[in-house]
Amino acid sequence: MTMHTLSVLVENKPGVLARVSGLFSRRGFNIDSLAVGETENPDVSRITIVVNAESSPLEQVTKQLNKLVNVLKIVELDSQVSVARELLLVKVRADRNARGQVLETVNLFRARVVDVAPDTLTIEATGTKDKLDALLRDLEPFGIKEMVQSGTVAIGRGSRSITAGPALRAA
Amino acid sequence: MTRPTPETLAHSARRARPAAEPAGDTDHAPTPRNGSAPAAPAVRQAAPAQVSGAGSLVRSLEALGVDVVFGIPGGAILPAYDPLYDSNVRHILVRHEQGAGHAATGYAQATGKVGVCMATSGPGATNLVTPIADAYMDSVPLVAITGQVARPSIGTDAFQEADIQGITLPITKHNFLVQTADEIPQVLAEAFHLASTGRPGPVLVDIPKDVLQAPTTFVWPPTLELPGYRPTLHPHGKQIREAARLMTAARRPVLYVGGGVLKAGATEGLRRLAELTGIPVVTTLMALGAFPDSHRQHLGMPGMHGTVAAVYGLQKADLIVALGARFDDRVTGRLDSFAPDAAVVHADIDPAEIGKNRHADVPIVGDARHVIDELIAAVTAERSARPATDLGDWWTQLDDLRKRYPLGYEEPADGTLSPQYVIKRLGEIAGPDTIYVAGVGQHQMWASQFISYEKPYTWLNSGGLGTMGYAVPAAMGAKVGKPDTTVWAVDGDGCFQMTNQELATCALEGIPIKVAVINNGNLGMVRQWQTLFYGERYSNTELGTHKHRIPDFVKLAEALGCVGLRCENAADVDKTIAAAMEINDAPVVIDFVVGKDAMVWPMVAAGTSNDEIMFARGVRPAFDEDEL
Repeated sequence: MTMHTLSVLVENKPGVLARVSGLFSRRGFNIDSLAVGETENPDVSRITIVVNAESSPLEQVTKQLNKLVNVLKIVELDSQVSVARELLLVKVRADRNARGQVLETVNLFRARVVDVAPDTLTIEATGTKDKLDALLRDLEPFGIKEMVQSGTVAIGRGSRSITAGPALRAA
Repeated sequence: MTRPTPETLAHSARRARPAAEPAGDTDHAPTPRNGSAPAAPAVRQAAPAQVSGAGSLVRSLEALGVDVVFGIPGGAILPAYDPLYDSNVRHILVRHEQGAGHAATGYAQATGKVGVCMATSGPGATNLVTPIADAYMDSVPLVAITGQVARPSIGTDAFQEADIQGITLPITKHNFLVQTADEIPQVLAEAFHLASTGRPGPVLVDIPKDVLQAPTTFVWPPTLELPGYRPTLHPHGKQIREAARLMTAARRPVLYVGGGVLKAGATEGLRRLAELTGIPVVTTLMALGAFPDSHRQHLGMPGMHGTVAAVYGLQKADLIVALGARFDDRVTGRLDSFAPDAAVVHADIDPAEIGKNRHADVPIVGDARHVIDELIAAVTAERSARPATDLGDWWTQLDDLRKRYPLGYEEPADGTLSPQYVIKRLGEIAGPDTIYVAGVGQHQMWASQFISYEKPYTWLNSGGLGTMGYAVPAAMGAKVGKPDTTVWAVDGDGCFQMTNQELATCALEGIPIKVAVINNGNLGMVRQWQTLFYGERYSNTELGTHKHRIPDFVKLAEALGCVGLRCENAADVDKTIAAAMEINDAPVVIDFVVGKDAMVWPMVAAGTSNDEIMFARGVRPAFDEDEL
């Protein structure tokens, strides 16, 4: 099993996310992460799906996704030629004794403190999944009170755009 | 007899028509059976008119050329029934929404046009779920229109509220929840376009009551906005040439023909391709009639209850050319031992079918009609360049199997009436112009085996979903679509009890279908499995239609306004069928009381390899020694 990142361009209409995610669950796939947002064209949304699957059943899901009337285009982003990022917000226990060490970790990972309370720090970090996992591992000993992660968003490297194309202009 | 005269009743029941609508959009251009329908509905323009959402819905149906809608009114859909009262669109009031759905399916399968059914919100809509799922599995062009509670009530668990859009997500090609009255014409036009083009399928349009009541302007034609919908109709030339090369070089090729060939209207082309190449043909349950049963090159139906020659032909083939077929488990048996030596050319309009179950060596995405036409040209070119392989040895083997293992049956030892004999005689007497509609089970398999299908669109059944109760309402829909054709439902006593209420509809609306109930007193196919795989422990398969004669199908038929006949022995079969053939002013039901022990053979047991096909109980065809 390997991780695959799919960029799915869809019509920005109600219920489309349910159609897409429902298709994965119906075919027995676990979605590892999912992120949705508008694109440069407000009529088009982009869903980034990370799924752990063998490639032949994934091909079947991709074909089924392509059959959804609201799906405009599907591109699998190869990690070698794309940039993928997640966002992490984590509330870490950081009393006066620990605060210095926590801040040191934050700086090492080029993360940012976005909220301060007497005994906690809330930290924002973006990066690849590996980097965020490493950050969390280092913060773990201080005590993680709460955390939230976004799904992965990803975009291909270079000047080519997957949102260019006649189908998408028509949308 | 107190039975109403159906035709007069049906006509008098409908209100006198108002003067023809100025739009007069009853332009019933025959809907092409292929996927290449025009991008927008080919209907003339209508002047903008101030109407309600419901008026806009009915005008849209008229503009789309709809001549009949099967349905039942109720609270949320009620606004639509008011303009429908004045419309040229015929509404057939069914007795259960499931009947409306299957009737629309039968209509669509018999005519190639989009079938339309209508129901109210909540239970009306959920009763459509089975026929929608059925149409989805068999790729039938169906549009289901449902009322929904008013927009402010959506999500409040309002009376008769059900999220039918959510419920039908996995069983529709697409579905819509209409948000404003202004979008009704566009949504309807898109629904019909989606249902009828590409790989056909059901589309549901859910319309809230307040949207039906809202004032709007009806404008026709609307613009379709389906940027993500671009079915591929024309195959890739390179793949076609590769397929033609394989077809010319193969030593043991088989054309594996599925329902897609019927959907595409490609049966003429199929015959030309088959005769050009001399390749044996098998037609699946969904494709019976696509190639004449009597044709010398026809090996019959493959699969679980297929002919030995068809099953063996696929199993030993070195090339399978699949045309609009999907390698369903009932055809392949155990997939890992299916046709182990065959290269596969797989042509389908749905790219997701290609390689889904069986790897395709030559994938071809396209409409079957275009695929077949282009294959004919490519094969002709290929054969002019090099001689085709002689298929003589292959045919010798297949002919030998056909001779040794023909379809047949044994007369029951207990002297009861043989169901196969009844069905065989029905096919012989009613002939190849009749439309036969089956339920699901033993009678369906016997009807597929012992009736000779010579023409396309003469065999309707529920293949993919296996919906018991399909036959009566689907026959009703077929008869509405083809009023001048004799329509026989071949049903079982189990199936018949699920949907026979629609015979009341048939009697009142002047739809004289004929029903042969193959009454063996049991859920026959389940009983057969209990005989074979559950040690003859007949748990809950006895229906009491023999033992207690409950219900009495003759009395039931008469109560429903039909003519009821009964036949209990072989000597009466012909004259009972002949008597039914004489009656054309009312539906007829024949209760054929048949033996309960007859079984469907040949059989490939579920989950086993096609190599394990049994010709009869305990009899395996001897073809292992014929190893090539």
